[in-house]
Amino acid sequence: MGRLFAVEIVYRGIFQKTLAKNISRAIVLAAHCEGKPGISFGRYGDSPERNGIPAKSFAIVATDDLTLEEGMAKYEPKEVDISIAVDDTLCKGVESWAWYGLQPINRLTKPGGTLIVTSREQPETLIPMCHRKEYPYQLAIVKGIPSFSGLWVYKDDHTDVRILGAIARLLPELFGLESVQKAIMQEWQDPVKASSAARSYERITSVTVRPEQGNPEEPYKFELPKWWEMGEGIAIPGIAPGHTMQDPESQKSGGYQPARNPTFKKFTTRTMRPVVNFDTCIKCTLCWLQCPDSCFDVTPEGLYDANMEACCGCGVCEAVCPVKDCVTMVNEIAFQDNASQWEMWRKDKPVYQAWLKEKIEHRPERSHGFRYRGQYEEQVPEMMEIAREDGA
Amino acid sequence: MTQAALEIKDAETTALITGSEAIAVACKLADVDVITAYPIRPYDTVMQYVAKLVANGELDCEYIVAESEHSQFEIVKHASAAGARVFCGSSGVGWMYAFEALTVTPALRIPMVAMVGNRALDDPGAFGVEHNDALAVRDLGWQLVWVDNAQEALDTALIAYRVAEDRRVFLPCAISCDGAFLTHSQALVKIPSSEKVNAFLPRYDRGDLLLHPDNPITVAPQANEDWLMEIRRQTAAAMERSYTVIREVYRDFERIFGRSYGNPFFEEYETEDADIVLVGMGTLSIPVKVAIRQMRKEGKKVGFVRMRWFRPFAAEELAKSLGRFAAVGIIDRDFSLGAPYLSGVLATEVRAAMYPSAKRPPIPGFICGLGGREVTVPDVVKMSDIVYEAADGKAQPLTQWIGLRE
Ligand code: SF4
Ligand code: SF4
Repeated sequence: MGRLFAVEIVYRGIFQKTLAKNISRAIVLAAHCEGKPGISFGRYGDSPERNGIPAKSFAIVATDDLTLEEGMAKYEPKEVDISIAVDDTLCKGVESWAWYGLQPINRLTKPGGTLIVTSREQPETLIPMCHRKEYPYQLAIVKGIPSFSGLWVYKDDHTDVRILGAIARLLPELFGLESVQKAIMQEWQDPVKASSAARSYERITSVTVRPEQGNPEEPYKFELPKWWEMGEGIAIPGIAPGHTMQDPESQKSGGYQPARNPTFKKFTTRTMRPVVNFDTCIKCTLCWLQCPDSCFDVTPEGLYDANMEACCGCGVCEAVCPVKDCVTMVNEIAFQDNASQWEMWRKDKPVYQAWLKEKIEHRPERSHGFRYRGQYEEQVPEMMEIAREDGA
Repeated sequence: MTQAALEIKDAETTALITGSEAIAVACKLADVDVITAYPIRPYDTVMQYVAKLVANGELDCEYIVAESEHSQFEIVKHASAAGARVFCGSSGVGWMYAFEALTVTPALRIPMVAMVGNRALDDPGAFGVEHNDALAVRDLGWQLVWVDNAQEALDTALIAYRVAEDRRVFLPCAISCDGAFLTHSQALVKIPSSEKVNAFLPRYDRGDLLLHPDNPITVAPQANEDWLMEIRRQTAAAMERSYTVIREVYRDFERIFGRSYGNPFFEEYETEDADIVLVGMGTLSIPVKVAIRQMRKEGKKVGFVRMRWFRPFAAEELAKSLGRFAAVGIIDRDFSLGAPYLSGVLATEVRAAMYPSAKRPPIPGFICGLGGREVTVPDVVKMSDIVYEAADGKAQPLTQWIGLRE
């Protein structure tokens, strides 16, 4: 048997669907330039037509047709040579329609394999977000703003070819730079894209992530029941009603926290999170009413605390809040946990205000590519600039 | 049809009613809670009789005329999930328009009882009977039963509720009544007392599957390939159990009402000493029986097997019975174009049922009586002659169209 290569591209539904498809297609085309057969496909059980929901594409390549069939006989690869996260906030884990519970971004990365992330952050920021693995693997960062666009438009900021160039460097057995450039010329007829790939090839570096590094949390585990153990009639227990909240300082009970599905949290869909200024909140209830996912816990004193286990980061609360700068959406990469903002505020208001100020002032710009009119047009040249320099 | 004839007194009465009215009377006796309707002939006769019962204050139920068959079946599906005993029905392309609702009903384990007034599928627009409408759901988890007279229609409707609502089953059941021959002709029917019906038919208890604020459940969430096979297997197990429950229920029916249907799954007529038999479903039994009596006078020992329950299909029992004869002719009042040997649905299924059997007589198939065309006595004689030839080993096509102008 020859050698089988597998690459997964983890991306965000709608915004990066075309990007992921372009990358997995180009991987197969570049390998084909070296006579290797391959296939490219999206994970069928995913729902990539939903805003921001984590989803996957795969590229499977082999040294010969029979070996390729070994790869095609599986629904999807059980391990991959390279995992690609085209958005750095995916490092916190992924919960898609196709999987159960939150799963590590590096779940399929094989021993010694590579996780490629597009990010402006440093390894020190990303490594603690990724779940720990039992064995070492490589982390390589392709510098840049995570490339987001719509379902029908494609933001040609060279993220696709820069990742291809990085792959040629990190896994030369799959294909060389020459093949990447040949495939780019075939697909896009764009010599500028070909040179972006070359620059990425020259400059990409990787660091080793050791087993003791990373998020120590155990990923969600479960066993699928046998058919006769399951309840009949496709009926499952509903979510129980909620309960009151307790003030961490006064121990007073009150308010209301809805019960939520403990195994389907949705927060990995989030790329931005709301931060709330409880000192200026006028308790108008609008955020609580309008949040499409019932994320707001009502505190004993009648404030509204966005629950970060449940929030998918849609930004509706920011849009409806009538008080200026009371709710602000901040890039998810700036946070390490899902702790309650209200509890932090209750414990020490000045500390909380300082924290809030820091988060808002230093927020790394983040959007779905169209947070304000013209932002999309601004970002492409910015990315081209990064591509030319490529982190140098 | 007079009002008096429909009235149900405590003691058993006799009334001159159609097969459709008999089903409506069964709804009254079963004290059905929610009934939905949408007109299409011949099913619409049932909805008219039900409407009359409701209007006369004889039946206390929610009677909803939906805007289409799809909604008609969806409404009762939801009502049944919320604990209501329901009735519904349609015919021909109306039944097909409800198809999405029909597919989801078994998997959700909804014990809906429906009447299919069998009708040819358009085009051309035609009212006459064909069995393709009801047969279209044969793979989905619907229990399917065919009846051939109004009394059997009434009795089978009561039996259908008892079987469908048995917790071991919880599957929908469709009662097929041939358009015109059964839905539009009146016969004398014994109507049992409601005391007896109550003794036979307990309340519908949905138990832990009840959709109610006190029992918060989510019904029919999205599921991927990790769950579907197990869900299908559960529905399959329910259909397997239905076979046993049907036997129990017919025994109970006999005990309480003092009338017996013998083997619930198929009726045998003049089979004891028969050389060959014909097999069919629905009201074509009547010309077949008449022809058999005539042929027996001429010394041709022909018998008849009338299939009642098509789902579940009593394969082993049927194979055992049919293995006794020199040849078996299957009359299909349906078609399955391009099917093995170009046969109808029943012939294909009977052959499949016979395959593991040690005794496998020749099984010629006939397509007959489509679109409500009369199945005549000479047609039956002709089919019997062909079956005799098959018994003698004469080579012939496995499917022949009978009563066709050619
Ligand atoms: S961003 Fe705001 S509105 Fe949207 S899910 Fe989160 S809390 Fe709810
Ligand atoms: S919308 Fe703004 S002001 Fe109104 S309750 Fe929410 S956070 Fe407070």
